[in-house]
Amino acid sequence: MQWETVIGLEVHVQLATQSKIFSGASTAFGAEPNTQACAIDLGLPGVLPVLNEGAVAMAVQFGLAINAEIPETSLFERKNYFYPDLPKGYQTSQMAQPIVGKGEVEIVLDDDVRKRIRIHHAHLEEDAGKSLHEDFHGMSGIDLNRAGTPLLEIVSEPDMRSAKEAVAYIRAIHAIVTYLGISDGNMAEGSMRCDVNVSVRPKGQETLGTRAEIKNVNSFRFVERAIEFEVERQIELIEDGGKVVQETRLYDPDQDETRSMRTKEEANDYRYFPCPDLLPVMLDEAYIEHQRSTLPELPTEKRNRFETSLGLSTYDAGVLSSTRPMAEYFEAVLAVCGDAKQAANWVQGELSGHLNRENIDISNSPVTPEQLGGLISRVLDDTINGKAAKQVFAALWNNEGASADEIIDARGLKQVTDTGAIEAMIDQVIADSPVQVAQYREADPEKRGKMIGYFVGQVMKASRGTANPQQVNGLLKQKLDDA
Amino acid sequence: MHHMTLTELAKGLKAGDFSSRELTTSLLDRIERLDGDINSFITVTRNQALSAADAADQARAKGDSRPLAGLPLAIKDIFCTQGIRTSCGSKMLDNFQAPYNATVVEKLEAAGMISLGKTNMDEFAMGSSNESSFYGPVKNPWDRTAVPGGSSGGSAAAIAAGFAPAALGTDTGGSIRQPAAFCGITGLKPTYGRVSRYGMIAFASSLDQGGPMARSAEDCAHLLGAIAGHDLRDSTSVARVVPDYLAELDAPLDGLKIGLPKEYFGNGLDTEVESAIREAIRVYESLGAKVCEVSLPHTHLAVPAYYVIAPAEASSNLSRYDGVRFGHRCENPADLEDLYKRTRAEGFGDEVKRRILIGTHTLSEGFFDAYYRKAQQVRRLIRQDFLDAFDEVDVLMGPAAPTTAFDLGAKKDPVSMYLQDIYTIAINLAGIPGISVPAGFAGKRPIGLQILGQHFAESQLLNVAHQFQQATDWHRRHPTDQETT
Repeated sequence: MQWETVIGLEVHVQLATQSKIFSGASTAFGAEPNTQACAIDLGLPGVLPVLNEGAVAMAVQFGLAINAEIPETSLFERKNYFYPDLPKGYQTSQMAQPIVGKGEVEIVLDDDVRKRIRIHHAHLEEDAGKSLHEDFHGMSGIDLNRAGTPLLEIVSEPDMRSAKEAVAYIRAIHAIVTYLGISDGNMAEGSMRCDVNVSVRPKGQETLGTRAEIKNVNSFRFVERAIEFEVERQIELIEDGGKVVQETRLYDPDQDETRSMRTKEEANDYRYFPCPDLLPVMLDEAYIEHQRSTLPELPTEKRNRFETSLGLSTYDAGVLSSTRPMAEYFEAVLAVCGDAKQAANWVQGELSGHLNRENIDISNSPVTPEQLGGLISRVLDDTINGKAAKQVFAALWNNEGASADEIIDARGLKQVTDTGAIEAMIDQVIADSPVQVAQYREADPEKRGKMIGYFVGQVMKASRGTANPQQVNGLLKQKLDDA
Repeated sequence: MHHMTLTELAKGLKAGDFSSRELTTSLLDRIERLDGDINSFITVTRNQALSAADAADQARAKGDSRPLAGLPLAIKDIFCTQGIRTSCGSKMLDNFQAPYNATVVEKLEAAGMISLGKTNMDEFAMGSSNESSFYGPVKNPWDRTAVPGGSSGGSAAAIAAGFAPAALGTDTGGSIRQPAAFCGITGLKPTYGRVSRYGMIAFASSLDQGGPMARSAEDCAHLLGAIAGHDLRDSTSVARVVPDYLAELDAPLDGLKIGLPKEYFGNGLDTEVESAIREAIRVYESLGAKVCEVSLPHTHLAVPAYYVIAPAEASSNLSRYDGVRFGHRCENPADLEDLYKRTRAEGFGDEVKRRILIGTHTLSEGFFDAYYRKAQQVRRLIRQDFLDAFDEVDVLMGPAAPTTAFDLGAKKDPVSMYLQDIYTIAINLAGIPGISVPAGFAGKRPIGLQILGQHFAESQLLNVAHQFQQATDWHRRHPTDQETT
């Protein structure tokens, strides 16, 4: 039987506010346990939450970025359950009236096929703390630094049909939130966490199969592998005459498998009800329009513009728009040199090669876009040739000069285009290579093409690489052939 | 001195009749001597009170003329006080010292007032008799076989017994007004949102409101002016100018339109209480007010709706008492579930457990629509009843409670206790302000007249109450010490 996979995702994005969603405590990552939890985060008796307006603005920006409806009124509710790292015994979240309504995200697949994934809604909520199960001699430690950190939970429709589509979707969400600057998108630090709903059904069947929810998958790679494992498990189960049960599963990256956490029967009744400590969030048209005016150009728009106005290939446009720092770098290079193709080649070639080799993020590149743009300009105006350009780039990378011009001057890498000077060097080479000249002149024209390389090399060597190679080639041919 | 109003005591301080230290010492000594039996305080903060009194005396010598400076009061043990036990009347918080002050505590300190200590209350403010306190019941100073009312029973009793000229209370379904009525004092529940709830331990967040309890409407006006106002730490507090609540106290009542809700004079109302209230209404008529009957047709739904909404919110608000971070924790828990179960079984009393169970049930899947959602619909109808009534009249009047203070231990079943709040509960559901003023006695036990106004009409309520107190002396009565000792 042919099976079809159906995937829906809940992506929790940690918003990049300075302080928590309902308190003034800092959200910085990595502090000593329980040093960034104030009375409100600890859920002490008598404390009250106050909504962080920054989190609202970020949620609205996300909603606008995915063309979602932004309801006039949204509501915070309490999701009640007991857990040691949940200080109040409830999580303040949104349920019936979330801040972001229906929207959609475009994903691009390997073969440049585009697909729209519908977003059911996105809602604001507070994160819980962390339970630490090691080093406490049979007990658990609680770190409440993360408690109250603002999260935007983005819930998709079950529109994805493969692990690859799911990964493309998460990448698209990642690109949007980092472009907006509403999250650092750092998956290793938990800034993006995914719950994956997976089911299978016979191809052509309309109704959905029973789904399993895989909780807390924290990297692009693990999402792909967790889905692949789970799909296989479900298909095998059904083909062996079994039934998929609705349950929550955990992906274990070490074993590369998913395991059951709890079934539907064991699930909590969260007893949602409107939080009486928080007022409904009312957003008027002026506020929403103001937020719209702050939106940067988004990844999909950028990609399309790179392709259509700059004439880049689909592939290049995709790579260069994949992250905001990459796109900003590229555009800054372009602004200096004015040649999109050259800028694209340099950023994806020499620069990315160096960055990848040394594992440096483009936003920390030792070569600034102004420097790279300056270098490309000197190639474009024939000041230096390609070979010298690589030397200049290496020198910039190693911080051996402030600009391409400075390095070109200091090292005498300026391309020699003076015909007289090149002719003089050619004459010298011809005079010094009587044997090779004789052989060349005896050869038939086909062989001459290969043999001329020797003379070019000698002339370039004599010019310490600065002679314009095209000119050298042309003049050499003249002199050798015409004799 | 023990039965003087804040206004009188302020004059005495100003005239140099006594110092703040003398006043404070005298009250502390009196508490020490007489509160053993009344049990109105959970914690007396003698040392802090005396040093605050000394500071107030020094400030006054240097010209500090703030009206409340150097005056003592008592604080219901539901308000967080930094470094001092804040128990909320519960074993669960018997060991809890708040690391911060409630906003109203901060404001009273800023006004120069001196806290004598923390008063007894029903556990987590759940009760109408002060009998659910972990620290034992409070006795009514007028008749020690009677309850003082609740949940702010300790605050009301402390004022009646001459321990404190004023106190802070909270009112979720009548918890200021009913004990004020039972103890023959004046108690005001402000409009929801008028006074910050920050640092006030939550029972039912959409209904809870702190307010003043004192010996006169004028004193309540002073105190409300000090504690009211928008608080950035409480999103439900209202950003609205705090008027001078003293400004309208003396306005004449000529032409005031008083509505008597017929539902507040029906079955279950004690005849002595009713005749005292009718007599009070006649006083108002003699002051130039016009009286008519009005109807609040959904009154009979108030108690049921309240006992869905309040426990629902409470069941969630009280989840934080889990033995993990503060408060009571059971000995040697076997595992997490054992920790939760035994901590909460040991830390909470029966009434609190009952309400957590009710609230958890009404919010459960499959019951939410029938209970919680329906109760919220009823709440809107009740609110509309009041808005409609206020289209016709300026204020509403009636009894604060159907009877005078009942005997300690008399109400055994929860529902008969819940029905105590039949005239007070709808006010919290509607969010409007209400005040209870002394209006007579049935035997030794005081009777309270309840006056209700529109949202944010506290100035008017205080004016109407003050004018009554200018014409009567019920609020100047106090139990004799012989009865107290």
